[in-house]
Amino acid sequence: MRRRYKIGAGIIAGLAIGVGIAMWSQTAEFQVLDAQGEVAKKQLDLLIFASTLSLFVMIPVFALVAFISLRYREGNRKVHLYRPTWDHSNVAETIWWGLPALLIGVLSVIIWTSSHDLDPYKPLVNDKKPVNVQVVALQWRWLFIYPDEKIATINHLTIPEKTPINFTITADAPMNSFWIPKLGGQVYAMNGMSTKLHLMADSTGDFNGSSVNLSGKGFSKMKFITTATSETQYKEWVKQARAAKSLDWEVYTQIAKPTEKTEKQSYKLEDAMLYDKIIEKYMPMHETSGHMKEHGE
Amino acid sequence: MLGKLSLDALPHDPIMMGGAATVVGALIFGALIVTFLKRWKWLWSEYFTSLDPKKIGVMYLIVALLMLLRGFADTLMLRAQQVLSTGDSQGILSADHFQQVFSAHGTIMIFFVAMGLIFGLINLLVPLMIGARDVAFPLLNSVSFWLYIAGVALINGSLIIGEFSAAGWLAYPPLSTLEFSPGVGVDYWIWALQISGIGSLLSGINFLVTIFKMRAPGMTLMKMPIFVWSVACSMVLVAFAFPILTATLSMLSLDRLIGTHFFTSDMGGNPMMYINLIWAWGHPEVYILILPAFGLFSEIVATFSRKRLFGYTSMVWALALITVLSFTVWLHHFFTMGAGANVNAFFGIMTAVIAIPTGIKVFNWLFTMYHGRIKFATPMKWFLGFVVTFTLGGVTGVLMSVPAIDFQVHNTLFLVAHFHNMIIGGVVFGIFAGITYWFPKIFGFKLNERLGTYAFWCWLIGFLLAFVPLYALGLMGAARRLDHYDPSMGWQGLFVVAGIGVAVLGLGMFFQVLQLVYSIWKRNENRDTTGDPWNGRTLEWSVPSPVPVYNFTHIPTVTSRDDFWETKQHPQADTRVPFEAIELPKNSGFGFAIGVLSALAGFAIIWHIFWLAGVATVAIILFVIIRTTGEHDSEIVLSAVEVEQIDAAARRKMTAGVKK
Repeated sequence: MRRRYKIGAGIIAGLAIGVGIAMWSQTAEFQVLDAQGEVAKKQLDLLIFASTLSLFVMIPVFALVAFISLRYREGNRKVHLYRPTWDHSNVAETIWWGLPALLIGVLSVIIWTSSHDLDPYKPLVNDKKPVNVQVVALQWRWLFIYPDEKIATINHLTIPEKTPINFTITADAPMNSFWIPKLGGQVYAMNGMSTKLHLMADSTGDFNGSSVNLSGKGFSKMKFITTATSETQYKEWVKQARAAKSLDWEVYTQIAKPTEKTEKQSYKLEDAMLYDKIIEKYMPMHETSGHMKEHGE
Repeated sequence: MLGKLSLDALPHDPIMMGGAATVVGALIFGALIVTFLKRWKWLWSEYFTSLDPKKIGVMYLIVALLMLLRGFADTLMLRAQQVLSTGDSQGILSADHFQQVFSAHGTIMIFFVAMGLIFGLINLLVPLMIGARDVAFPLLNSVSFWLYIAGVALINGSLIIGEFSAAGWLAYPPLSTLEFSPGVGVDYWIWALQISGIGSLLSGINFLVTIFKMRAPGMTLMKMPIFVWSVACSMVLVAFAFPILTATLSMLSLDRLIGTHFFTSDMGGNPMMYINLIWAWGHPEVYILILPAFGLFSEIVATFSRKRLFGYTSMVWALALITVLSFTVWLHHFFTMGAGANVNAFFGIMTAVIAIPTGIKVFNWLFTMYHGRIKFATPMKWFLGFVVTFTLGGVTGVLMSVPAIDFQVHNTLFLVAHFHNMIIGGVVFGIFAGITYWFPKIFGFKLNERLGTYAFWCWLIGFLLAFVPLYALGLMGAARRLDHYDPSMGWQGLFVVAGIGVAVLGLGMFFQVLQLVYSIWKRNENRDTTGDPWNGRTLEWSVPSPVPVYNFTHIPTVTSRDDFWETKQHPQADTRVPFEAIELPKNSGFGFAIGVLSALAGFAIIWHIFWLAGVATVAIILFVIIRTTGEHDSEIVLSAVEVEQIDAAARRKMTAGVKK
């Protein structure tokens, strides 16, 4: 018996070491649990709800494991009922087909409604006019195009707070995934495709963003900071960005070359169709139409 | 003449040279030992050319356990890199090398460790459990094994000559296309998997036919041991899923070899199609591994609780339901591709639904223990560890079945923790339990219990230390596969904890190696003298340990589930039936030859040495034609007298070495 206590002590000590070291890294921040946007908050609520629901399975299972293992162990001094041929009970089996089915039934309703409510393609609505941002994953950095503001940036994203942001996302690189955990879930960035994501920051602040899908040797450098500012600051920022160097197809082809340089850049957008052209590069008709040639490819 | 092959293909970087040296060194060391012991001929005639599924099973186990060490060496590098590589430090590996290492780690652990161990146990146990002397197609079984070895050879060969894929264990295009991965790494990945995958498919068909056609008289489907049911379900999945893998890999290799556009991102190719196809194989693959583990646990729990398995019929239906459902959930691996709310919701719900039959199995195991007399031998400890870790992994899996939650944890270390939770806590624990439990049946002596217990606790604690931090890191926003991260994220502490966990896992493996060596040394103290050391329930325990080549002197007639147990409850007068002659398949080097030629063909295609690929392929076809046409003397017959002698010798041997 004593050895068992030792083993138990070992487990607790081990876990304690773990927690201890974790606390030591005090800068750590649970980004997913620290939601700063409407979408992330709803996703967090779901995570908490589903985790709570799962306790209805975990607690009985762990309790049963402990209870049955101890009570019916061979060495138990108090001898309990032994029924070697008892192998069926309609009541018991109905309970454990029924109970999990019930829980999964509840969860299925949640899955259905939340998939629609939190569909990344569904625009967010409030009284503000949404800001459109076109996201292009490059090798290995992020290009953000603001078609309405006629600016573009590399590796930094500035958005006004409490305003719906409509992202359209593509790649001119291997597949990436575009993710700003504090604002909400990710969506893939793919060549020749345009995916959508709708997010909103509830307050001002700096939020980490990154690629979460392996895209080659510079993958771990594909990080950016999302800065949510007040509306007036945002307008000010746009004005400043417009004063920067200009971005047309020719400049773009330079930017799109593989690089592991991560400096932030700002550009004045000269070519309003840039995003569409990046997608069209991968379209089958591209070779025959000669469409790109006009733009000096 | 030599295609793309040149001296540049040899490793230059010191760490890569270390890897190559280890592989070459291990091969030379092994060869020297065999030469020194003068065992080459024995190895060839007793193992390499053997068509006995028990021998083939042992070879699977040995190779797969060696590959486990290889995969674990990768783990050590990955953990070291992620502990060290933050801020100004770039760690010990370059980004490209780091990506090769995790790609190799995943590929090896799934295809060459988990699959190898599962097929090893299936080979060892299925014929015995159904009261058969052999599998349906013994020669094909040997071919399957040698195709698996060809895959092992190619993936380890990539350490010495050339490089391995850096595109992850599933090599998503466009990253894996020629445009972004021009080297031979992805080709190594394709051909190692393609060749061993064909072996798996052939095995799947072989065991399906074995289970459906070769059961002992009286063993109806509902009287089969539950492990055999789990294997039947798993092999149905193999038969349906592996052709998808073969086709997908073929298309990817055509893209890379002759410039087709199945999965390229331009010219009408569609990488999303690849991702769908690879998961249409990949999700069932998870169940191909876990279902037999469920089966192993079912047998073990019943034996050590000394009670019938509770809810056998429920268990069978749960297995069947999981088999069907596992083909309806593949899209949950990419909810984030933008498929739309209805599609995501459908696949999310199907995924959650799988939790029902899986949960039922857990309750049935627990109620098998209820009203039992539970003996906590090491296999049972693995079972308890499994219930705890697997429930945890199941819960995190259900969380991720909600698409809106998945968007926040997909491709993070949370996901990595989840699937290791299922594969280590489920498959690996199951296999360790199974190996411990059936070890005396295979080798004639038990493994040391105390060292086994140490190993178990190291694995359980090590597992929790290594992967609970990854759950936390995922929620902190840490993507998987990062070769470097910013110190301001504050992740390093948890990576250190995970590293400690891996060290504890390593200690567990050390105890297992020690356990094996010590048990062999002290084998006479732990002899299985009866053939039934655990008070077993199924037919394999009715024959001597180790099992004679023909398995059963007389094919048993089965009257109930757990037939051997029932027989023991109602012992009948020993009615001696005369021995009879037994036909067995003759040894054949055919499988070995096909394996060698396949590895050669694969290697040649990887390096664009097309003449050699052509020669090897033609040779394979010729071998098959010669072998499958005309008359062959492919069987040997043991006379009744010989059978009697072997039987007597096997029974004598069980008790011979024991000190009284």
